[in-house]
Amino acid sequence: MAVYLDHAATTPMLPDAIAAYAEAMSVVGNPASIHSQGQEAKRMLEEARETVAASLGCDPIEVVFTSGGTEAINLAIKGLYWARNDAGPGPGVSTLPKPRILAPGGEHHATIDTLEWLERYEGAEVEWLPLDELGRIRVDAVEEALARDPDSIALLTLIMANNEVGTIQPVGDVAALAARYGVPVHTDAVAAYGHLPIDFAGLRRESGSASAGLLALSVSAHKIGGPVGIGALVLSRAATVVPLVHGGGQQRQVRSGTQDVAAAVSFAVAAERATAELAFEAERVAALRDRVIAGVAAAVPEATLSGAPDAARLPSNAHFTFPGAQGDSLLFLLDVAGVSVSTGSACQAGIPEPSHVLIAMGRSEQEARGALRITLGRTTTDADVDAFLDALPAAYAQASRAGLADRATRLGR
Amino acid sequence: MKVLAAMSGGVDSAVAAARAVEAGHDVVGVHLALSRMPGTLRTGSRGCCTIEDSMDAQRAANLIGIPYYVWDFSERFKLDVVDDFIAEYSAGRTPNPCMRCNERIKFAALLEKAIDLGFDAVCTGHYASVVTDADGNRELHRASAWAKDQSYVLGVLTTEQLAHSMFPLGATPSKAEVRAEAAARGFSVANKPDSHDICFIPDGDTRGWLAERVGAEQGAILDRTGERIGTHEGAHAFTVGQRKGLSVGVPTPDGRPRFVLEVRPKTNEVVVGPKEALDIAEIAGSRYSWAGLDPIASGIADADADGIASFRCEVQIRAHADPVPAMARVAAQGELVIVPDEPLNGVAPGQTAVIYVGTRVLGQTTIDRTVSAVPVA
Repeated sequence: MAVYLDHAATTPMLPDAIAAYAEAMSVVGNPASIHSQGQEAKRMLEEARETVAASLGCDPIEVVFTSGGTEAINLAIKGLYWARNDAGPGPGVSTLPKPRILAPGGEHHATIDTLEWLERYEGAEVEWLPLDELGRIRVDAVEEALARDPDSIALLTLIMANNEVGTIQPVGDVAALAARYGVPVHTDAVAAYGHLPIDFAGLRRESGSASAGLLALSVSAHKIGGPVGIGALVLSRAATVVPLVHGGGQQRQVRSGTQDVAAAVSFAVAAERATAELAFEAERVAALRDRVIAGVAAAVPEATLSGAPDAARLPSNAHFTFPGAQGDSLLFLLDVAGVSVSTGSACQAGIPEPSHVLIAMGRSEQEARGALRITLGRTTTDADVDAFLDALPAAYAQASRAGLADRATRLGR
Repeated sequence: MKVLAAMSGGVDSAVAAARAVEAGHDVVGVHLALSRMPGTLRTGSRGCCTIEDSMDAQRAANLIGIPYYVWDFSERFKLDVVDDFIAEYSAGRTPNPCMRCNERIKFAALLEKAIDLGFDAVCTGHYASVVTDADGNRELHRASAWAKDQSYVLGVLTTEQLAHSMFPLGATPSKAEVRAEAAARGFSVANKPDSHDICFIPDGDTRGWLAERVGAEQGAILDRTGERIGTHEGAHAFTVGQRKGLSVGVPTPDGRPRFVLEVRPKTNEVVVGPKEALDIAEIAGSRYSWAGLDPIASGIADADADGIASFRCEVQIRAHADPVPAMARVAAQGELVIVPDEPLNGVAPGQTAVIYVGTRVLGQTTIDRTVSAVPVA
């Protein structure tokens, strides 16, 4: 059986989450219906919401279920941007009051593409903040951008932990800083969820401001053993967002549409397990990750670990660049050897491009092409790590022979 | 053998991959990403390079039951095919980008990577045949279905490349049969239109595409004697043999139409003249190659005292042109010169002349210069 080391793409559903999903799917009743069956569905839904809220340290009313992380991120960023610019442009106002959005480079495409869309169609001015060579946002650059006319800023968004290189961002510090300037913050916690403790209320208290600082946080169920197709936006009571979809007014009028009870129930099972086992699993998985890092260093000394070291990176993430080899060659050879890894984030139709995260960290396109991401999860064992480390040396040797795409060809005239 | 099936998302490469599997090979499907910014959906007769095409290829691979990957050759493709195309046009020549792609990408960059990663051969859906002679030498031959024969665009392959090439469609009687086979196999691409246009020019507007990249400057239109008879809006917009778009105010003395005879990019001049001046008596090129053994080793020609080998052959100057009988001669170092028995029409520098002996592709040259059959009066 294939050794699965691509848990950041998606991780196996928990058997309990599958069972709960199947069972809940057989329950008839729209949670918005008034009759008893509707009430039963509503009970199941709200219990699930409470469990998910507990896993994120927020109130149940603050959990808005979405179709996944991407929708949650879109809703937070577009919704906050529109709400903050509700006043204009209007009569006598030629420009938007708050066109600026701050975001670090190297965000997930759900964020990047949303921001680029706002720039193109909604008059936003996005300021990409620099990352250091380990992928960390530079807090001094954040402060500089915030201090420059803070009233013109609609929001700041940043990833909690990078999905490719695993670097953890100082979300609490940045949110506190933004709060001082009255700027709302959204964080994309999709990659962090289930691997780092998330305490929304705690982060809000750190911010020290009711209406600014951390107001929104996005997660997805399938990264923690729940089903694909459901995620959540944690939206503070203090936050106002303009909805993306309109209809029946479900979920605080923020996200219309019949709510998916079965998916929420299954999500809740996964959220409860992830929270209960987080401390134990984080330690167990970090030890396996450290074996991966040490093993790669021993087998391929010229490989470079990307991202921050030790406690400053996700316990589940190991990411390397292999000089002289292409990531897609390595991926292919490891796949043939029965080991599933990734070159970075899954991309459109599998068409690879050099990682924008590594580029944002100051690495060259050449280096970025040799990227390989190994991500671990609940089902990962020592035997999986052994299988990867056994297959790597031969794969690297062969991929190095295949070399880089831009060298001159030797066949032909 | 371990075979890499290059899968464009079209019907031919899908059926070729399926046949390679049935021939007992260990096959992996690979789609070449040739653009950093692929279009999402297929448009018109572009046959590759969109995400829809990549998905078509993947679905075919799924049905065949082989692993499937996308490999990125966008940078190499830009350098070796797109930039080359622009440079050739800028130099007044008429290049064939599909041949360049076969020569530099499919049977060079891709084949080399495949060999390095442990494959023995690359399989494509080209209509052509590789034949091994009694001594084990590889020869490239026309497909048995001459109407679909694509040996012309493979004329650039060398012995070494042929040794690692597999064309399972070479013996197929017709395209209809390939489509029927695809339908029987359940491939969604069974009725996908054939591709004709240059894949990297989205709307098929080659002139407009080039104008954006080459830039256009007014220049002189000259007659064959060198007299200026008009002005053009940019030499790159003209190819040899073209009649339309020549805005020369003065009519010819005999009232007959003018044709483009020559494009001189360095001086930004276009030379025009009567149709018969397009008849070419001789073509020559120094960038030639042999698809297998050379003519002497093949026993087709003997070298004379000066080391020059002359032989009868047929020459074909476009993918769908008819081959015409010709005499070819080649010096050990120097040009390959081809003299057709009857003058050829519509030959431009930059085009490729492929020479055949019967069904066998002997080799090719990129045309550097031509000699008109009608001297300047």
